[in-house]
Amino acid sequence: MEKTINLTLKVWRQNGPREKGRFETYKVSNISIDSSFLEMMDILNEQLISENKEPVAFDHDCREGICGMCSLYINGRPHGPDDDVTTCQLHMRKFQDGQTVTIEPWRSAAFPVIKDLIVNRSAFDQIIAAGGYVSVSTGGVPDANAIPIPKVDADESMDAASCIGCGACVAACKNGSAMLFVSAKVSHLALLPQGRVEGARRAKAMVAKMDELGFGNCTNTGACEVECPKNISLSNIARLNREFLSAKLKD
Amino acid sequence: MSKLNARIPEGPLAQKWTNYKDHQKLVNPANKRKLDVIVVGTGLAGGAAAASLGEMGFNVKNFTIQDSPRRAHSIAAQGGINAAKNYPNDGDSVFRLFYDTIKGGDYRAREANVHRLAEVSNNIIDQCVAQGVPFAREYGGLLDNRSFGGAQVSRTFYAKGQTGQQLLLGAYQALMRQVNAGTVKMYTRTELVDIVIVDGKARGIIARDLVTGELQRHFGHAVVLATGGYGNTFFLSTNAMGSNGSAAIKAYHKGAMFANPCYAQIHPTCIPVHGEFQSKLTLMSESLRNDGRIWVPKKKEDAEAIRAGKMKPTQIAEEDRDYYLERRYPAFGNLVPRDVASRAAKERCDAGYGVGATGLAVYLDFKSAIERLGQKTIEARYGNLFQMYYKIVDENPYETPMMIYPAIHYTMGGIWVDYELQTTIPGLFAAGEANFSDHGANRLGASALMQGLADGYFVLPYTIQNYLADDIRTPRMTGNEPEFVEAEKAVKARFEKLMNIKGKRSVDSLHKELGLVMWDFVGMGRTKEGLEHAIQRIAEIKKEFWSNVRIPGNITGMNIELEKASRLADFIEIGNLMARDALKREESCGGHFREEYQTEEGEALRQDDKFAYVGCWEYKGENAEPELHKEELVYEAVKMVQRNYK
Repeated sequence: MEKTINLTLKVWRQNGPREKGRFETYKVSNISIDSSFLEMMDILNEQLISENKEPVAFDHDCREGICGMCSLYINGRPHGPDDDVTTCQLHMRKFQDGQTVTIEPWRSAAFPVIKDLIVNRSAFDQIIAAGGYVSVSTGGVPDANAIPIPKVDADESMDAASCIGCGACVAACKNGSAMLFVSAKVSHLALLPQGRVEGARRAKAMVAKMDELGFGNCTNTGACEVECPKNISLSNIARLNREFLSAKLKD
Repeated sequence: MSKLNARIPEGPLAQKWTNYKDHQKLVNPANKRKLDVIVVGTGLAGGAAAASLGEMGFNVKNFTIQDSPRRAHSIAAQGGINAAKNYPNDGDSVFRLFYDTIKGGDYRAREANVHRLAEVSNNIIDQCVAQGVPFAREYGGLLDNRSFGGAQVSRTFYAKGQTGQQLLLGAYQALMRQVNAGTVKMYTRTELVDIVIVDGKARGIIARDLVTGELQRHFGHAVVLATGGYGNTFFLSTNAMGSNGSAAIKAYHKGAMFANPCYAQIHPTCIPVHGEFQSKLTLMSESLRNDGRIWVPKKKEDAEAIRAGKMKPTQIAEEDRDYYLERRYPAFGNLVPRDVASRAAKERCDAGYGVGATGLAVYLDFKSAIERLGQKTIEARYGNLFQMYYKIVDENPYETPMMIYPAIHYTMGGIWVDYELQTTIPGLFAAGEANFSDHGANRLGASALMQGLADGYFVLPYTIQNYLADDIRTPRMTGNEPEFVEAEKAVKARFEKLMNIKGKRSVDSLHKELGLVMWDFVGMGRTKEGLEHAIQRIAEIKKEFWSNVRIPGNITGMNIELEKASRLADFIEIGNLMARDALKREESCGGHFREEYQTEEGEALRQDDKFAYVGCWEYKGENAEPELHKEELVYEAVKMVQRNYK
């Protein structure tokens, strides 16, 4: 009674960062539509192992849409055809029997391929290290209720802080810009009094690091917002631009 | 017995931690720069410890198997973090949090550690707010609280259903600040594969670069393991796919004791298993039990009709529903602790009242909450969880009740540590879920985040100094010492051995086989016969693994199957330890339920006269039986009684 489908997969294979990649075609059959996309990939890999071939390498970990580890460009869309989910939460009921599915890694100059579908996203860590924090050390902080924060500000900050750092925004952007990622962190902290203090410094440092690491410019196409699995709003970019400009004007 | 000295400070319970801090040894700033600390893991415990130690001026090396420290599985915690702030004015206090944790743990945790945990809980909330963690707030601008299982006060702070994410990002950002300052060096996609012991002390690790496959030697004056729990022994669990118990097993093989391996928590509210290719189980936060009511049909024929797809839950009349938690536990109702709720679900399903296609599910219903509070309020509280359920199951929980079933979630057992979080190997520390110390036989909801951050921010950075203060004259080692060379050689030989098996079975197929044995015999209901059978089956799986596993690819370069195989070999060891420990513990307590030991009403029956101890296992070699040591648990502030949530 369980519904199953058969698929043709075109999967990007690449042995290492400097090797030339290629598409390989595989067939998988009797995939339950209640399986997740990554469970379908597990089935493919079991099949490859049984044929004594190397399984497809892909990043994944929590499989509940929060760690940000999974990626995959599926039929031309980061995280595939469903809205508001990561690849690990994408289910096979979104595909048709007999369909061909093309699976690629994130494509961006700042995210070089490590192997097959795995890319190096350490540039995001470097951007955070440049200033994506409040400069407080452990201990010696005031009581948590010492500064009341309006609920709307706290909620808006939380929405920006929902970013999982997966990199779909960069992968979706024709310029390979990291503006949505950077602006989400700048907004999260700038909206709270604790983070407001070093808001200008933070915006400048993170933008400078982003430019240095080879991410492209933002031309407001909005593709990032459409593909973001966590609905991070484009309005964060507007806020970052304001923060950045006013910081620069004070220089 | 001399091997187990818990080193609990003198004095009355409430003053022990203050006394300890007043008299412990410290390291002066100039000497901190000369001391290297290795921290393995970047979750709440590891990330917080690495950041705090870096801020203090130590030279920290921090390791993670993921591509970024922000991926650690702490990120997936949904519901919240406990603290004894008493902001809602409902009678909370440090003592009450301590008491609830001890009681929730079914009187199998160490009093002094738990009291310290409750004491520092408030500092954690202050720290996180200062870092910019966007906790939920009231309209007046102050912090909001919600209720969790096992407590009659509202002491849980939360950030939507993503509290773990926000706390981890706070720790991650503090960590990246130290990376920028040069006090912490990050090693991503790098896995600990052994611990190096020099003159009886932990002095470093052998790590494997998961991208190149190269082995590395790293020296540290002390080593901290913050590598999480071993729930993935069961293959299917709520843990991340990469979560593993390998660091704990390496420590165990080098002489650290493994404490209470059988204490595994089964979380009552997970999305039920759908098929044999299921890769993991998804948790639905316990916070849902604040407003959701759990039920199964009262009549067997209704349950049968539902299983056959002939009837929908919404068609069952109110009087034909059995809200079994409210019926059995009127005082706590749907908010009984996790172990109690899980067993009650199993009991109903075993009795033939389960729902869903498999009959292994119960309903979690929001109908009356939506009627009472409106859909908007429910959406604001649980919107992201409802969306997650909808994406996975393809049913709308606003209209039809969720289906849930228990799943392995957290392991209370772990590496034995003393009051200073030091293992039985000097210089080797364990923090967070990786250690055993604070949750006894059952962890209360929203206490894992509290313990991880307590260990990482406020406990370990102090206690490790008491050890390091004696090490200020120990020069850095180069990694060319014979102990490092030998350790690397042994690791290399093990990986070569794995590659050379060239058998027929995939790693996952063997892991699933192990998982089924664990779930059937070392899961929610355990018996003597079942556990003996499990030990035998695990030995067979071990033999099959070491003679018939197939790992394609090469030993150099990225090889994910090799990583998984290495971890599975360790899970097999842990499975064996869990079964042995469960067999030895002839009582029921918390997450450990031996069917032979229950009350007439089916509640867990402890045997305090025989088993009020921490079961600590010492490795005795590849083919020898491990030896059990006991740390007796002495209760001074609380009286041991049978837990009562009625």
